[in-house]
Amino acid sequence: MRPAPRPVDRMTASMTVNGGPVEREVECRRLLADFLREDLGLTGVHLGCEQGVCGACTVLVDGRPVRSCIMLAAQADGCEVVTVEGVTPDSGLNPMQQAFKDHHGLQCGFCTPGFLMTLAGVEPDEHPDREAIREVLSGNLCRCTGYEGIVEAVEAAWGREGRGG
Amino acid sequence: MKPPPFGYARPETLDEVLGLLSEYNGAARVLAGGQSLIPLLNFRLARPEVLVDIAMVEELRRLTVENGTLRIGAAVTQHSVERSEAAARACPLLARALPFVGHLQNRTRGTVVGSIAHADPAAELPAAAVALDAELAARSVRGERIIAAGEFFLGPFTTALEPDEILVEARFPVDDAPASVVEAAPRSGDFAVAGAAGRLRTRPDGTVAEAALALFGVGGAPQRLTEVEERLTGQEATPGLLDEAAELTVGAARADNEDVHADAAYRARVSGVLVRRALEEMAS
Repeated sequence: MRPAPRPVDRMTASMTVNGGPVEREVECRRLLADFLREDLGLTGVHLGCEQGVCGACTVLVDGRPVRSCIMLAAQADGCEVVTVEGVTPDSGLNPMQQAFKDHHGLQCGFCTPGFLMTLAGVEPDEHPDREAIREVLSGNLCRCTGYEGIVEAVEAAWGREGRGG
Repeated sequence: MKPPPFGYARPETLDEVLGLLSEYNGAARVLAGGQSLIPLLNFRLARPEVLVDIAMVEELRRLTVENGTLRIGAAVTQHSVERSEAAARACPLLARALPFVGHLQNRTRGTVVGSIAHADPAAELPAAAVALDAELAARSVRGERIIAAGEFFLGPFTTALEPDEILVEARFPVDDAPASVVEAAPRSGDFAVAGAAGRLRTRPDGTVAEAALALFGVGGAPQRLTEVEERLTGQEATPGLLDEAAELTVGAARADNEDVHADAAYRARVSGVLVRRALEEMAS
């Protein structure tokens, strides 16, 4: 039996972020959200509650939405990470972002990147109706809109007939 | 709201994990999905000397259905079990419990076994394990032992695991009986004030062949309702019998959880309502 790797308090984390390779030395206790914001300057990752409840820090890790405030940068070593910057075109908005704008899916905008990243990581077909859309968005909190505009935006972006058009 | 410093190790074999847990004997914590542990670190409610990340341990990533047992390794995420048709067929009760666990963004990281080992009194998966008579495999450098789910949960966040042990696998007997998980929670995805998980097998003549029921969120650990199960077995599942089961539940519930959401008496009362709802759903 070879000896187990020794615990370390700093390490080199290598990952793909928004399509490009990133390699940085990090403290092992560094949260992925802080790594993305502070070390990489990706300030579209918003920190609301820092306890895995509000969803503002949602990013994709290997294609799945995760809460980056309760994941360590060390755990993302070797992974593919996408933030809201990675789904935003160089100019203009992507269809979901445009739908949020058209349907008043945001007011202050703090929660919006989290909503967009949750939506970027799910298959529309698996959330066929309004109830299912509300369920998939239930891990993201919005204190401005009352959610109606957000749900309508998703329906519009996914090509469904919404209630409010 | 940031974790305190800790040493981080990411071994690639189970033997290495066991070696570290033995060496640090209680000062090391296993990091699986981290959906409970990292919030505890952020709040500094936990200050482990070392975190042993098991994500890279291949032998803990297995999800299989073989010889009448659904086996879920310690590194298997809730999301991947939720998406496994084989797992859903093998254990409908587990499939029903999973959507209640946190939110999608938690289940993509959180593990089934981690939730069981964490033993939050309000969590669904420990109750599902108890209602399914799961066997929990614990390993240490001293060897492996199997702990029945019914004997695993000792109290809030307290289990039968020794400081140098890791829960490597949960083994659920395949049981395709109708199942139900119901809960009362302030909001969808929040921890339940009270909940019930159960399975119910009825014979063609409408009598109950086998019933298994467990409460969560009501007391410090999941509670199997053996008294209620015995009352149901062999009887026809009439509305009157289900009422009786609900009443028995209120009396049997060891409701010692009290918080801002509900006192113990409310939790006991709502347990009866939830058990009735679950039975009604399974018997129809």
